[in-house]
Amino acid sequence: MTSLQRVLTALGHQEPDRVPLFLLLTMHGAKELGLSIKEYFSNAENVFKGQLRLKEKFSHDCLTNFFYAAAETEAAGSDVIYSDNGPPNSGRPIITNPNDIKKYIRPDIDGTACLRKVLKATEMLKAETGDDAPIIGVVISPFSLPVMQMGFDKYIELIHDERELFWQLMKKNEDFCIEWANAQIEAGAAAICYFDPVSSVTIIPRELYLQTGFEIAKRTIARINGPTATHFASGRCLPIIDDIARTGTAVVGTSAEEDLADLKDACQGRLTVLGNLNGIEMSRWTPEQTEEIVKDAIKKAGPGGGFVLSDNHGEIPFQVPDEVLKAVSDAAKKWGQYPLDWIDDLGK
Amino acid sequence: MTKLMEMFEQALLSADRVAAREAFIQSAGNTSSIEAVDSMIVPALERIGSGWENGNVSLSQVYMSARICEELSESLPGSSNIKNKNLPRIAVALLEDYHVLGKKIVCSVLKAGGIEFIDYHRASIRQLINRVNREKIEILLVSVLMLNSALKIKDLKNEFLEKGIGTKIIAGGAPFRLDENLWQEVGADAAGRSASDALSLVHNFVTDIK
Repeated sequence: MTSLQRVLTALGHQEPDRVPLFLLLTMHGAKELGLSIKEYFSNAENVFKGQLRLKEKFSHDCLTNFFYAAAETEAAGSDVIYSDNGPPNSGRPIITNPNDIKKYIRPDIDGTACLRKVLKATEMLKAETGDDAPIIGVVISPFSLPVMQMGFDKYIELIHDERELFWQLMKKNEDFCIEWANAQIEAGAAAICYFDPVSSVTIIPRELYLQTGFEIAKRTIARINGPTATHFASGRCLPIIDDIARTGTAVVGTSAEEDLADLKDACQGRLTVLGNLNGIEMSRWTPEQTEEIVKDAIKKAGPGGGFVLSDNHGEIPFQVPDEVLKAVSDAAKKWGQYPLDWIDDLGK
Repeated sequence: MTKLMEMFEQALLSADRVAAREAFIQSAGNTSSIEAVDSMIVPALERIGSGWENGNVSLSQVYMSARICEELSESLPGSSNIKNKNLPRIAVALLEDYHVLGKKIVCSVLKAGGIEFIDYHRASIRQLINRVNREKIEILLVSVLMLNSALKIKDLKNEFLEKGIGTKIIAGGAPFRLDENLWQEVGADAAGRSASDALSLVHNFVTDIK
């Protein structure tokens, strides 16, 4: 099976040849090319080369066009703060006062270099790999983007205290998110990862989610011209799994703070489970530990398909060494071959 | 828990400022400001913090509760006298990270709990060493969101050791929640799983320091 066939079979809640593995690596491409993180993300060619090398090195099942989350606020005029060993951060908020929302204008994709280079990298990956492996595009959900647009504290206060302005911002963000997602699909992305950490129960209670992030996700996902994976970037989602299934998404990115068996059970064939290896702890795993952890994840969520092994955050930290990534890949191949008879044997 | 305390806590969790103030005034009516803080605000924030730790309370609820409690505490008569002057010198900082929410909650919790501190805002290792040394800080609460920032606490601790600075470091933030051994790995003296832990952790260190 090709990676794409493997992933599509798993998403169809069938068992492919083996459990698909998504190593959602971004900054590691810079290591591969011997560049600083800032240099690496400065053009599409670097990310294109980096993604191909990482796929070859760890033989996992996807490519991603993701540069960094802050690209979406950079596109609206914010600055980006680079680090030598971590993801680029969004700098000065572009909305410093709730009243700024009224005059906020969503970015123009064609006229914005930082978005155009993402599309170019997508096109290059698609031209090179065809239908071999899915290219995963990324958007920050309209509901979660304001954390970078305004700052987290100001945004929580906006949701509670200025509901009318909140909805004005959501309308602008929804329009941008849909345009941005569809531009990536047009460029060659097979699916869109809809990052929505603010909707997780780690960040807001379910009652508030149902009034806000849920409705926004339903409307937005319905207008994206391809399948979506909703990712909560380490946030917990078990108490809202039924609601997530109703947003029309196909996949849910899960937290290391929740049990994979419980998540798989709750998804009940409606959602594919993506996750949930602990990216923070991963930087210190030994090869032996890695194998046990991967084996346990496959045991809990692998049977019957509907599972893609991945990390819990949607981006593996720069500090995770290649040896651990190789051990994850090896263990996924060793223990992830379907049928997973070894699980039945354990019970005998 | 009394009915009024329940109402107060529920109002905090619902971010209902008006109901929280009413329950607080009714309950704290005949007590001194310090007693009102100790009997209502501190226990409510600690229970909400426990709720966050065990997954029953969300971060937005922790943040709004801390903000409302901070406002209530500051509105009390003689609020400037609530501050506990017998505590060690304390500072709060965001270490080379740009995500202020965690630090902001810690500051609100400390203010609501009547604990005096200096807010260093965002600071580099060099800035922290200079200020901690100059201002004779005894407890430094360090907030981070990113793993690379969390790992920098190790460099900070090593610099403290080299320079003979005995300041206790209390670490907090998502990486420490996701990896329970990380605080020891980076050489912190303690870690809080929630911002509300700041109150109890500070009080625990008081005995050590005195």
